[in-house]
Amino acid sequence: MAWTNKVLRVNLTEGTLRYEPLNQEWVKDYLGQRGLGTRYLVDEVDPEVDALSPENKMIFATGPLTGTAASTSARYSVITKSPLTGAIACSNSGGFFGPELKFAGLDMVIFEGKSPTPVYLYIENDEAKLLPADDIWGKSVWEADEILHKAHHDPQLRVAAVGRAAESGCLYAAIVNDLHRAAGRSGVGTVMASKNLKAIAVRGTKGISNIKDPKRFMASTAQEKEVLAENAVTGTGLPALGTQVLMNVINEIGAMPTRNMQDVQFEGASKISGEAMLEPRESDGKPNLTTNAGCFGCTIACGRISTVDTSHFSVKDKPQYHHNSGGLEYEAAWALGSDTCVDDLDAATYVNFLCNEDGMDPITLGSTIAAAMELFEKGAITTEHTGGVELEFGSPQSLVWCAEQVVAATEFGKDLGLGSKRLCEKYGMPDLSMTVKGQEFPAYDPRGIQGMGLAYATSNRGACHLRGYTVASEVLGIPEKTDPLVSEGKAGLVIAFQDATAAVDSAGLCLFTTFAWGMDNIAPQIDSACEGDWSVERLLEVGERIWNMERDFNLKAGLTGADDNLPKRLLKDVAKTGPAKGRVSELDVMLPEYYELRGWDSTGVPTDDTRQRLSLA
Amino acid sequence: MKIECKLFATLMRFLPADADGHVVMMEVDPSTTAYDIIDHYGICHNEAYLVLQNGVYLYDEQKKIPLNDGDTLAIFPPVAGG
Repeated sequence: MAWTNKVLRVNLTEGTLRYEPLNQEWVKDYLGQRGLGTRYLVDEVDPEVDALSPENKMIFATGPLTGTAASTSARYSVITKSPLTGAIACSNSGGFFGPELKFAGLDMVIFEGKSPTPVYLYIENDEAKLLPADDIWGKSVWEADEILHKAHHDPQLRVAAVGRAAESGCLYAAIVNDLHRAAGRSGVGTVMASKNLKAIAVRGTKGISNIKDPKRFMASTAQEKEVLAENAVTGTGLPALGTQVLMNVINEIGAMPTRNMQDVQFEGASKISGEAMLEPRESDGKPNLTTNAGCFGCTIACGRISTVDTSHFSVKDKPQYHHNSGGLEYEAAWALGSDTCVDDLDAATYVNFLCNEDGMDPITLGSTIAAAMELFEKGAITTEHTGGVELEFGSPQSLVWCAEQVVAATEFGKDLGLGSKRLCEKYGMPDLSMTVKGQEFPAYDPRGIQGMGLAYATSNRGACHLRGYTVASEVLGIPEKTDPLVSEGKAGLVIAFQDATAAVDSAGLCLFTTFAWGMDNIAPQIDSACEGDWSVERLLEVGERIWNMERDFNLKAGLTGADDNLPKRLLKDVAKTGPAKGRVSELDVMLPEYYELRGWDSTGVPTDDTRQRLSLA
Repeated sequence: MKIECKLFATLMRFLPADADGHVVMMEVDPSTTAYDIIDHYGICHNEAYLVLQNGVYLYDEQKKIPLNDGDTLAIFPPVAGG
């Protein structure tokens, strides 16, 4: 088996640590990482609990393939109840931290309670201990990372930490590992800080030694790496241009959320695109992009390493930003750029640095700033609230100022740290929040990509593209092309993507492999590594079971079918330009069919037959 | 008729030196198809993976149909992201 069969349980209230075996009965039904971590959470946490109370728990979970020779085996997930949405939270990250947990012999770490004082968890193989975090509390992720490396005299230590945003209660704080990879969404970092847990520093040297059939596994992973290398997307496109290659694509098809989703095309898109990141700057002749980068074991390497022009206003007197760091991915570039109408690549890159430095979800940050700009435009927010600063769409100064306020936790920065739902409610215009279940949209306007509207509305963690990425089919033709402007047939498409994604997220693999791999490429890798027969059919059943389990948690937390909804703007206001001109999201047509195909009743509750079929309690 | 042709991502290497960013304005015969434009720039058909006529995806059969005056043709290689 590829699991280490070992879970570390940390009671922060008592300051105790103990090891326990992994629940092997649950492994059979939930595989690992997202599925298995969620299974533990639903067993141990009352869904109605206050997400920021000690009664909430937080689980770091690896997948069975995490740290193995499979390509993209870098992944781990953080599972908890979200303070942003009140729903299940499961945020996935790459880098090197997840494999290091595995090399220390751990499948999972479960945190419960709340430490009376700030602490961090230090793990070195079989030894783990809680240590005082006095020296790193109040510091950024980058500072904490450096201090911990020095304190432990170990350059190969892997650190996941929260920054000052989490400490000050920003509701979309991320957990950042390896300086610029993040479990970014739904405020998992806020939960971590609420427990007075600043960081986890791990060093593992035990490797992976328990693959079921090593010979078959190595043959299978080698074969599938060839598939990735030969595929034009995973072998060429993503390494060269990263996810940012989508900026111009999505703008051309008229699904680029712009101006707080008032428009569907951004005239400045090409200036903040992946192509623009390759163009030499006038000031120093260097491009924004220095190089691409890969997470542990990745043969795609889509990551961006960038610099900001040192003469740019945002970093002019800040030498700490005059070096290479994690650059813009498409989601960050869209939210910080198009949605705020800012076409200044350096400004967006600098704010992205801040998101890594102090642990903030750039999607929610950018969308919240865009909402603030619209609130300002409509007079709900004034210069009295901002201390004289004007929040204008298209202003890189406004963007930078807002982001810095969140980090500094000024009075207005704390308002921005609430996320757009609470911000817009506070300033009396709740309809301006572009969210589902309180979480902000990613970079695809559902008026121009109909399936994504349904995927957003039904996503168990609020608006999200990584729960059912039908863009692959509707725009990019993977695995086959469907019409993005048509709602017919999208219910089944969304379900297929949601279930397959849940399975991939539970394996320890990166979702980006699915641009080249189908489930029939993934199943043999899992099957040769893990005990039991892991067929495509079984993995899809596991995915469906996970989806329904997450749904159940949300229903018990108080969410209902009424929360499977979109903002009025996307249902009533037509797209103004592009192929979707004149269209709204046809969610009302797709949702009933989705419920029926899911085996849920008309209110969105899984029927007894569905629960029985999936062996859900 | 006039066509606005845009090449993106790795296809930018096919752009002429006088292109404005991604864009080339072309004066073409009324019978010109998307494939004619793709061939004009010497782009392999497999590499011209995502071809959009005014933002709308063209299937292979549609790439053989004449374009219209004032159309924008955007051409991408195989791409994806998230």
